[in-house]
Amino acid sequence: MEQVDPTVINLVIFVLAIYVGYHVVWNVTPALHTPLMAVTNAISAIIIVGAMLAAGATDTVLGNVFGLLAVALAAVNVFGGFLVTQRMLEMFKKKERPAEKQQ
Amino acid sequence: MSANLVTLLYLVASVCFIQALKGLSHPTTARRGNVFGMVGMAIAIATTIALIAQMRAEAGAGLALIVVGIVVGGAVGTVIARRVQMTKMPELVAAMHSLVGLAAVLIAIVAVHEPGAFGIAGPEGAIPLGNRLELFIGTFVGAITFSGSVIAFGKLSGKFRSAPIVFRGQHWLNLLLALAMIGFGLWFFATQQWTPFLVMTALAFVLGVLIIIPIGGADMPVVVSMLNSYSGWAAAGIGFSLNNSMLIVSGSLVGSSGAILSYIMCRAMNRSFINVILGGFGQEGGAAAAAEQRSYRSGSAEDAAFLMSNAESVIIVPGYGLAVSRAQHALKELAQKLGEKGVSVKYAIHPVAGRMPGHMNVLLAEAEIPYDQVFEMEDINSEFQSTDVVLVVGANDVVNPAAKTPGSPIFGMPILEAHRARNVIVIKRSMAAGYAGLDNELFYMDKTMMTFGDAKKVLEDMVKALE
Repeated sequence: MEQVDPTVINLVIFVLAIYVGYHVVWNVTPALHTPLMAVTNAISAIIIVGAMLAAGATDTVLGNVFGLLAVALAAVNVFGGFLVTQRMLEMFKKKERPAEKQQ
Repeated sequence: MSANLVTLLYLVASVCFIQALKGLSHPTTARRGNVFGMVGMAIAIATTIALIAQMRAEAGAGLALIVVGIVVGGAVGTVIARRVQMTKMPELVAAMHSLVGLAAVLIAIVAVHEPGAFGIAGPEGAIPLGNRLELFIGTFVGAITFSGSVIAFGKLSGKFRSAPIVFRGQHWLNLLLALAMIGFGLWFFATQQWTPFLVMTALAFVLGVLIIIPIGGADMPVVVSMLNSYSGWAAAGIGFSLNNSMLIVSGSLVGSSGAILSYIMCRAMNRSFINVILGGFGQEGGAAAAAEQRSYRSGSAEDAAFLMSNAESVIIVPGYGLAVSRAQHALKELAQKLGEKGVSVKYAIHPVAGRMPGHMNVLLAEAEIPYDQVFEMEDINSEFQSTDVVLVVGANDVVNPAAKTPGSPIFGMPILEAHRARNVIVIKRSMAAGYAGLDNELFYMDKTMMTFGDAKKVLEDMVKALE
């Protein structure tokens, strides 16, 4: 049998990942929708992987410069996204303990 | 490090990201989920560094560039995350979408310029057809995400006018531009030339602006969710172009997350997605509303405090007006005082209570209001009729019983059924109409007492009255 085109394999992964995303996200409690958006910001910054290849694996100035810019932009999201999510989730956590003690 | 090992490590990172989202199903597991996300990202970045180091004989300079980028970007991101106010979350999220979009465009340009670096160059530097198609889709989605998010950010932060900008033939112009953009994209697909690629990218930037300007300020929850979705699809598109399954998985997770949030927001406003996107809503309202003078009952903060302190149960309905006057802490104090007097206090949150999905929950959490007192609309609506007092703070359309009247512009919109309670207290600046430009029947009911003033001031007066 001939080899499967990589694009087709990508498509298989894509469709299955959408299914996973759909079911996981419907289970997110509405109270945490804002942290969800912040953490998805950080996760979509996974394109930093592409940016790193652009910055580090190219031989031209254009590649290096654009790659560096893309790495920096994505890094803002990686750090900003995860940290702001953490900050918000701390707020949801904090009151839980005093509430338990009162009971 | 073999290509197989790299791919397997990327798989581990992808699973971590799924865990990060899964954790958000409950506040107690959410923080662990976030840690999973960070670990996943660290694995992905470390693996890529190792891959580049091994791929190239003299990788030093390239790796130095990467480290510089991560350090600078990371420092900026860390400072922003520490300093941002919770009321400014929608702006922050919109700004971050734009960064993902721009990064996607930059990566795509480098990929067209030097496909060999990404391992997608065929003989003589030609990019395989499939990857070209994906590059063009990834690029225009990224470009639209970038310029659209910049406009959304401007509208949310008040740097641009948030009113919808509409003109004749707008939708036809957008359609024409979209078709031209796809045309140039196909031209690139067929020839791999720079000119059509750059023209397509430029058109996509313009299109991103034009898509967002007709959408009004209060529809921003939908827009922010939609751009969240786009930023995911842009990442997935780049993943396709580079044959990287981790990017595809992560991008799809984010893409479907944003799409679901857009759907939830549209449902909460009882509007179709198309209706929101075509824009222009809430521009003509206003004038028609204030037609007749009607009588209503108003009372002081002391009267209201007295009423609540004698109640058995109070439900508080916070709206965006609460956040605007930074009254969350005063509200919490009031609830605490009432709690000490043996009054049961609950909060009822409408899905579009803030400027983005779940925004009001975060604002209340910031004021250290226990989340087990905070209820979503579906969970609390049945309780209103057995509640003594409902306190509405800075909310309007989401408690308008006109939503139950056929023929009303907001007919069918799910509302918090505050009008079923025995008594209603509304804190509001004036009798002015809400975003939908409608009069609110609730304000004229016999059981309703209007307390005028700035939300924070009134709440503080109520607290004083309770002492």
